Amino acid sequence: MWRALDMDVERFDKMRLTLGEIYEKTYLSQVNRPDAMAYFDNMIAEIHGGRIKELLAAKEEGRPVIGTFCVYIPEEIVLAAGGICVGLCGGSQGSVPDAEKILPRNICPMVKSAFGFKAGRICPYFQVLDFVYGETTCDAKKKTWEILDDMVPTHVMEIPQMKNQSDRDMWLTEVKAFKTKVESVTGKEVTIEELRQATRIMNNKRKALQRLNRLRHAKPTPISGKDVLLIEQIAFYDEPVRFTAEVNTLCDELEKRIAAAVAIPNKNAARVMVAGVPMALPNWKLHHLVEGAGAVIVNEESCIGTRYYKDLMDEDAEDMESMLKNLTSRYMQIDCSCFTPNNERIDQVLKEYQESGAQGIIHYSLQFCHTYNIEEIRIRQACEKEGIPYMFIESDYSPEDVGQLQTRVEAFLEQIGD
Amino acid sequence: MYIGVDLGSRTIKVAAWQDGRMVDQQLQESGFEPHEQAREMIKAYNPRYIVATGYGRHLAREHFANGVITEIKAHAMGIHTMLPEATTVVDIGGQDSKVITLNVKGQVTNFQMNDKCAAGTGRFLEIMATSLAYPLTDFGPAALASEEEIQINSMCTVFAESEVISLKNRGIPRQHIARAVHSSVADRIMTMLGRIGFGESIAFSGGVANNPCIVEMIRSRLENVEVNVPDNPSIIGALGASIEAARLGVQA
Repeated sequence: MWRALDMDVERFDKMRLTLGEIYEKTYLSQVNRPDAMAYFDNMIAEIHGGRIKELLAAKEEGRPVIGTFCVYIPEEIVLAAGGICVGLCGGSQGSVPDAEKILPRNICPMVKSAFGFKAGRICPYFQVLDFVYGETTCDAKKKTWEILDDMVPTHVMEIPQMKNQSDRDMWLTEVKAFKTKVESVTGKEVTIEELRQATRIMNNKRKALQRLNRLRHAKPTPISGKDVLLIEQIAFYDEPVRFTAEVNTLCDELEKRIAAAVAIPNKNAARVMVAGVPMALPNWKLHHLVEGAGAVIVNEESCIGTRYYKDLMDEDAEDMESMLKNLTSRYMQIDCSCFTPNNERIDQVLKEYQESGAQGIIHYSLQFCHTYNIEEIRIRQACEKEGIPYMFIESDYSPEDVGQLQTRVEAFLEQIGD
Repeated sequence: MYIGVDLGSRTIKVAAWQDGRMVDQQLQESGFEPHEQAREMIKAYNPRYIVATGYGRHLAREHFANGVITEIKAHAMGIHTMLPEATTVVDIGGQDSKVITLNVKGQVTNFQMNDKCAAGTGRFLEIMATSLAYPLTDFGPAALASEEEIQINSMCTVFAESEVISLKNRGIPRQHIARAVHSSVADRIMTMLGRIGFGESIAFSGGVANNPCIVEMIRSRLENVEVNVPDNPSIIGALGASIEAARLGVQA
């Protein structure tokens, strides 16, 4: 199957095995995980197999398969058109050298990793999809799309930089253009009922993740931060209805755990919240480090986490125009640092800190990320003003700085402990 | 006896704590099996509890130590015992440097580390001393004796060494180059201090605090701020670890 997808199978095979080993060490070594995690472990085991087969089957039926990189792309529209929206991976050090043959070294590791998966032909999702949809969020992404387009049809949605009325109007136009593009693949117009149904599916998915996040805020927490991160990452490429059901099954189990006072092995683990950039699959570096040092991560204020699911879309609309306005409104609430001003993010970070019962915040940035690195200054000031223990980590995907990060994280945990 | 072991990048330090004071200390160059070497060093004591810190702390815990603390906490505790009025600790070690701010109880409130790059660390001074043919212990005094202010422009140790060689080849007396090298380190320390804030009383720990020129240069770059060096600054990390050993060992 992979050969038929024109992949570099020899190389890909090695990477697959390495991923398996890393997964074993990082995830399967945890003790007393909820039983329902088995579904998500299996999603990783089948990440290059089962799900790919589902995508190929969808293509056979003429359903569009669209790759995305950002939570601003409206999944509802793809779903309404009967398509599949796949968030592409960008969290592996393995694909970075492929990108560095072409792109400059000093740009975001996530952009490099995602690009490298295509450049190296080592990702079956990239090979299966019809086209990718990029967005004009940050500079690295914006310019990389121009080069990615040589390798896979790349369309770009213009995301505004501010949230004034003129920006909202522009964005609505972009959303409509996106809808037209998706419809051009299916050959038919999306109806309001289809969009309403898709909205419900997405809202249900978000509600399930919100439920999961609330349950993991219990004291003590019934599930590791790593496991929740994994589920949040799988949300980006799994079939939404099935995924939602499985998350709710897990939540039912977590409710029972909480009632029976069953928690993660170290009930007194320091509770840490992570705020900042997204953590694309298979980037587990920070969670593994922090939880390996004896703490537990209880919240991800990140595009992989709450930024993805904190906002529901208003399902109430009479016609397509109102529906699309609701959709645009919903997506406007995403508080990515690429927007200016982004004051609502400061409030959001403080709010989530309180709600999650965390004892400290680690602001996580990827190397070379200008927007998050500069926004971090104001986030830090706000946390210091509130007396919230705070640490800033900027890193990439390589194992080079793990020892140094470990010392910093341990020192931070000592501070929280004292 | 409560023992603190600091397995650093270049040396192993041991501090023995009993009846509220440090009763013994050791320092040795690190060999190939630092955990074995450390174990040998503490054999003669009768340790109730051992806490390890430094680069090799986890290795020590795997083999013989009861607990670990980071070198950040260790230096904070060690300085607070020796110099209780210190609001900030500057620790310049063999391969890293850090600034730690303390509250009145001697607890860490903030810290900055430079552990990605040799610039501004003991290693930088060591390489330059070799390049200028000074034994390390003579390097500081020689630099102090010079009054010329030349600049070294390169941040990077490797490029700075090239710069030192070209200065030598231009016939510039080596003690002036030595002073420029020390200035470079002092400037880097000032940058780190600037980022984090430092209060009124800075304590200087780690091997490089033995260098009188660095200490003097920091003092002269600060106004109305005390800069104090404890007796035997190299042992501060191990001392802090031994105090933690005493604290934990009493509860154990």
